[in-house]
Amino acid sequence: MYDRGKIIIGLIIGLGLFLFPFYYNKGEAKKVPEAVLTDKAKAAKQCIEPKEFMRTDHMKMLDEWREGVVRDANRYYKSGDNKSYFMSLQVTCMECHSNKSKFCDQCHNYLGVAPYCWDCHIEPKENK
Amino acid sequence: MLEKALKGSQAYWGWLLVLVIMIGAGFVTYLYQFSEGLRITGMSRDVSWGFYIGQLTYFVGVAASGVMVVLPYYLHDFKAFGRITILGEFLAVASIVMCGLFVMVDLGNIPRMLNIVLYPNPTSILFWDMIVLNMYLLLNIVIGWNVLSAEKKGMHYPKWVKTLIYISIPWAFSIHTVTAFLYAGLPGRHYWLTAIMAARFLSSAFASGPAILILICMIVRKVSKFDPGEVQIRTLGGIVTYAMILNVFFFLLEIFTAFYSQIPGHMHPIVYLFAGLDGYDKLVPWMWTAAFFGIASVVMLIIPSVRRNLKTLTIACICIVIATWIDKGFGLVIGGFIPNPFERVFEYWPTTPEIVISMGVWATGFFVLTVLYKIAVAVKTEAAGLE
Amino acid sequence: MAMDRREFLKLTGYAALLGAGGKGAFELLAPGEAEAQLKSVPLTAGKKWGMVLNVSKLNDAVMDKCIEACHRTHNVPNIGNPKDEVKWLWKETYEHTFPGQEHEYTAEKYHGRNLLVLCNHCTNPPCARACPTKATWKREDGVVMMDMHRCIGCRFCMAACPYGARSFNWGDPRLAPKELNANFPTNPDYPTRTKGVVEKCNFCAERIAAGQLPACVEAANAVVAGAMIFGDLDAAGSEIRTVLREHYSIRRKSELGTGPNIYYIV
Repeated sequence: MYDRGKIIIGLIIGLGLFLFPFYYNKGEAKKVPEAVLTDKAKAAKQCIEPKEFMRTDHMKMLDEWREGVVRDANRYYKSGDNKSYFMSLQVTCMECHSNKSKFCDQCHNYLGVAPYCWDCHIEPKENK
Repeated sequence: MLEKALKGSQAYWGWLLVLVIMIGAGFVTYLYQFSEGLRITGMSRDVSWGFYIGQLTYFVGVAASGVMVVLPYYLHDFKAFGRITILGEFLAVASIVMCGLFVMVDLGNIPRMLNIVLYPNPTSILFWDMIVLNMYLLLNIVIGWNVLSAEKKGMHYPKWVKTLIYISIPWAFSIHTVTAFLYAGLPGRHYWLTAIMAARFLSSAFASGPAILILICMIVRKVSKFDPGEVQIRTLGGIVTYAMILNVFFFLLEIFTAFYSQIPGHMHPIVYLFAGLDGYDKLVPWMWTAAFFGIASVVMLIIPSVRRNLKTLTIACICIVIATWIDKGFGLVIGGFIPNPFERVFEYWPTTPEIVISMGVWATGFFVLTVLYKIAVAVKTEAAGLE
Repeated sequence: MAMDRREFLKLTGYAALLGAGGKGAFELLAPGEAEAQLKSVPLTAGKKWGMVLNVSKLNDAVMDKCIEACHRTHNVPNIGNPKDEVKWLWKETYEHTFPGQEHEYTAEKYHGRNLLVLCNHCTNPPCARACPTKATWKREDGVVMMDMHRCIGCRFCMAACPYGARSFNWGDPRLAPKELNANFPTNPDYPTRTKGVVEKCNFCAERIAAGQLPACVEAANAVVAGAMIFGDLDAAGSEIRTVLREHYSIRRKSELGTGPNIYYIV
């Protein structure tokens, strides 16, 4: 083929870059995150919605909350089990989950997600 | 046809390198602005738009001016302009690219930029400005590219291009009218609240744009084998003359309304710009410079022998660019915000980071312009050689 | 089956439209999901909020308390310089609040007197017209609201506002000078803003939704009864309507047709 030398060198470099994350991290499986519940959260037994739903959909729910509160002047959320909750990340969610670094951040950091909510919404003060 | 931009002299590559360096400096400074916020600019709570938006306004005008070449050729069969319509269209493309970039660097929250598409508000002139500017960009790219590649192949361009060309003519007027509407519909800004804002914008655009085109044509003549043509340049000179006379006339109309009516709200911004207000007079020397170059250019261009001589025409065009740039790219935006709604003065001056970012945007525009013109000139010299 | 390219494109286009529309139709036709969300009727529904400022009852001390209450409740930072400052409620002199009203023989008590100025929550707001993303809009209850989640920071609303009521976060408000902002954020139940968004008085939307008075009104009336009146302009018997009926009131730049809803009893 034409330019065989250049192509092979390019392929080696390309493959090297592509496979870099794998061999850089070899032998170091990162620990699966453990989200720690606060005593208050444990006592509540269930979040606003069941754990499975929250795991998959809390982002969507928060998005709907912010649209509802700010744009529709609708401040109360009716959960699946017919309870009414005040829609506020800072006031409602973080009241139980006040250990953000041991709860929210565990999964977020593991997945490399940096939600920008905290640019404005105030993180609860943690003691450690 | 892009490959035509890859063959050039050392001067060509050197020029592109200079531009790339400026783009790099602007980009790095923009990253600094992105992390620190717009507080690194000179804008303030009172003067909340500044250099970036002023430049956006100026270059929308330059973009609109492409129509001053297209209209005579396609609607009035002025065959001479056939040689340079592509130059007008490509200048429009480069200008709109700069406009888009100036908007983007001015946004406080650029990651949310697409909200204007996701959650449009039809009562907002900014929404319509985004639409007309992007459509105009698309029109000029499609038209220019197709006409040029047809010329390269020695064929006539396909019929549907003609339809687009006919659309682009009123569209060019619309982009600058909509941009003027950004300013002219705001009830609290007396400097801008005038019915002739769109007319002033258009006349200033049709003076500054063709003037810039003339200057670029003179450069093209020097650095390439393609000659835009003396007839073409002189005709553009005539267009520039009429447009600049109108531009100056419209401004004098504003002066009359403000100062004959003696309404303080109308007078104060103009007094600030030309004499200073409450002791604040940063812009005074600039505005009088603009006035001087504006009048000087009109005087020069009215005299036929001066206008016809390409050297003096070039000087007159430089005067026009200086005058219109200061008036529209600078005085217009700032004059609208001073005095503030409380009749207090808080002055504005661009900071160094603001200027470096702006230079990066200009360099991007010139880069696009250089590459597109390289292609156009290469195609045209080849086509001429073939004939 | 022989199908030319044009036919294929038409078919795919219709299928896509149907798919998109189909999903929407499904969500509309599947009840329960929508009803499950309790739409509580906000306490502000059906109202037309307005405010009266009783200038003679508002002296500098009271006004300072109002401003402090507002800025503390909403974590408004003190940036410390007039270029980048953020303010929702502030003092401005009579001459500058009502430019054009003052004259050579203005009564002593108005000469240089401070008044409170804030967003007028206009009936016909030019800022809401101007916003390209509807990040600011006029609610049905009259409040001109800000959606910080949607604002792209274009500042067109700031140019459009004839009252200079809006501020922009030129930098990160959390990085405002610490010596000027003790205990920032002052209200942990309310968010701060981020750099690059516009903000202004929101008529304490979160407070009136809970049946409370705006922070500034509460603060003022704690010192001088009746200094500021907040209420429903649509209710003919409300206190605010009574006050407006019985006293002469002016508004800022009313000739502009914006319909401001902040009334000054001078």
